[in-house]
Amino acid sequence: MPAVAILKDVSRVYTMGNTVVRALNGFSFEFGQGEYWAIMGSSGSGKSTLLNILGCIDRPTSGSYQVRGQEMATLDDDELSELRGLHIGFVFQSFNLIPQLNVLENILVPLFYQEDPPADGEERAAMLADRVGLGDRLDHRPLELSGGQQQRVAIARSLINDPALILADEPTGNLDTQTTSEILDLLDELHDEGKTILLVTHEADVGARAQSILHLKDGHIDDVAHNRPRP
Amino acid sequence: MLHSPVLRSVKLGVKSLLLHKLRSLLTTLGVLFGVSSVVAMLAIGEGASEEAQEQIKQLGSQNVILRSVKPPEDTVSNQSTRVSNYGLTHLDFERISETLPWVKRAVPVRELQQEVRVEQRKLNPRVMATTPDYIEVTGRMMGEGRFISERDEELVSNVCVLDHEVARFLFPFETPLGKRVKIDADYFTVVGTLLPRTRTSDDPAAAGTSVTGEVLIPRLTGQRWFGDLQVKVRSGSREMEEVQLHEIIAEIDAPENVAHAAAAAREMLKRNHKQQDYEVVVPLELLARAEETKRIFNIVLGSIAGISLLVGGIGIMNVMLATVTERTREIGIRRALGAKRRHIIMQFLVEAVVLSVGGGLLGILLGLAIPWFVTWYADLRTIVTPEAPALAFGVSVGIGLVFGLYPAWRAATMDPVEALRHE
Ligand SMILES: Nc1ncnc2c1ncn2[C@@H]1O[C@H](COP(=O)(O)OP(=O)(O)O)[C@@H](O)[C@H]1O
Ligand SMILES: [Mg+2]
Repeated sequence: MPAVAILKDVSRVYTMGNTVVRALNGFSFEFGQGEYWAIMGSSGSGKSTLLNILGCIDRPTSGSYQVRGQEMATLDDDELSELRGLHIGFVFQSFNLIPQLNVLENILVPLFYQEDPPADGEERAAMLADRVGLGDRLDHRPLELSGGQQQRVAIARSLINDPALILADEPTGNLDTQTTSEILDLLDELHDEGKTILLVTHEADVGARAQSILHLKDGHIDDVAHNRPRP
Repeated sequence: MLHSPVLRSVKLGVKSLLLHKLRSLLTTLGVLFGVSSVVAMLAIGEGASEEAQEQIKQLGSQNVILRSVKPPEDTVSNQSTRVSNYGLTHLDFERISETLPWVKRAVPVRELQQEVRVEQRKLNPRVMATTPDYIEVTGRMMGEGRFISERDEELVSNVCVLDHEVARFLFPFETPLGKRVKIDADYFTVVGTLLPRTRTSDDPAAAGTSVTGEVLIPRLTGQRWFGDLQVKVRSGSREMEEVQLHEIIAEIDAPENVAHAAAAAREMLKRNHKQQDYEVVVPLELLARAEETKRIFNIVLGSIAGISLLVGGIGIMNVMLATVTERTREIGIRRALGAKRRHIIMQFLVEAVVLSVGGGLLGILLGLAIPWFVTWYADLRTIVTPEAPALAFGVSVGIGLVFGLYPAWRAATMDPVEALRHE
């Protein structure tokens, strides 16, 4: 599999006063296209920091990150924004839908900012809503939906730009077991369709649903494990 | 929905402002009052200016008008004869027209309180004895016939010119030309009529003069039949007044000399009159006074407008800063989903402009109501030109842009990761 994201000796250092925190410390790895990774580790091990850099909303303090063959350090703020809008899909723990917008509009937000949005954006958004089981709720506001439904809208939103990378930071952290397994089923489907998914979690049974697991500790790789393929 | 980013921003802006209706309304008050002051100021200023222009046109911009004024009672009235003797004299007229520099020509006006009648119709207009130059110096327009001529003066003929109002009243069904009217005990032949003044106005300088109508006769004819002494009946008691001339209108050779001529005339009258039994009216000074009034109005309303707009702008900035803080997370989400800094700037700038334009539109409505109220209440003329609301609209857009820029910039330069972690 060709690599979508290549990280070489990436560090992310936070300095507060005279304490220095190395959230990522010499991290190197390649994420291949179509792979489904769970990123695990204890709290503070650098999982979110890694995902933010992968999603191009944060920059490494040192080291190199290449996404789809482009070196991040060479891109300015506008180019990174454009890259996110075109190739990255985000799913957050707290759903992060925009409260003033309805379901359809929320799914469409990434297209608002594209220079050359596809003409059939609205049909695609409606199809994606249908796909995540919310085809009949297009004009509902986020607050009128349950947590599981909101997260499904967020997944539909992450798919509207047909991204090269789907980044999910503890997407089931705020959900009960039933909705958690529904969301994970949905991610399985996306993986089967060939999407590249990087999922941060600290729950072992969630991690067990991925193809492979990357264990982080103190900002670097502790272990890499491969799950048995699904039947 | 995807087509126009600006339209979408406006829609979104309106939507988020409506989430806080009271807050938005209160925020717009400053702009509202500021903008309405601008509109009202322009309307009142424009009205005052036009009023003054018209008044000057009526009085003649190159004229200096001298009028007899009755001085306070006790200083003049000779108790035994009860004849009050005051005002401008024939001698004054001669001095003005012969010796005062810059005076091109001057006309004397003597007013007579006489009844004018035709058969059963009678009227008490201002009967004015004057010279042929009157028509040109005052710029009044002939309707039918001709004005008093030099020949009328030489022959001391019994001719008269009626103004529009008098002519209409005395001769409702026929032309008055060649007809005879009786002034006091004598018959006068009508040789002409005057067109009405542009406005029978609330002009203070001509207050109460044109309403009763005017009849003009040759100066010497007036002197022959009516003399210099007049009997007035006032509140039951008879009173006699000796006034030689009621008005002297001096036409000055050039506009820039009007002020000098007026000063010279004042000086001359002061030297020759023991008391203040005259006034000098200079239409150009009226203009200056009107301009001064307008200026004071502009300063007062302009300050109100300026302060309101400043306060309004700061209010908008304040609310936008609060909005930006409240919506930090939304900003993070949008940035993560591909929004560039300029998209965020635009979103909040549009929202600020929507806010201030909302206030501006309400302000324009109020600003149109104020002149209407001023006209109704204080009888001041006001004119709303189309530029005024347009300017006000532009000002409110500008306020939104200027005071919305900093909050929008703050929003756009937030770190996406920090913003997403907010609250
Ligand atoms: N903005 C920040 N400023 C300072 N320290 C930070 C910041 N963000 C994260 N860190 C530190 O970096 C380390 C890794 O954080 P994070 O990647 O959020 O861990 P995880 O997601 O695995 O719990 C932690 O020690 C955290 O305290
Ligand atoms: Mg985390």
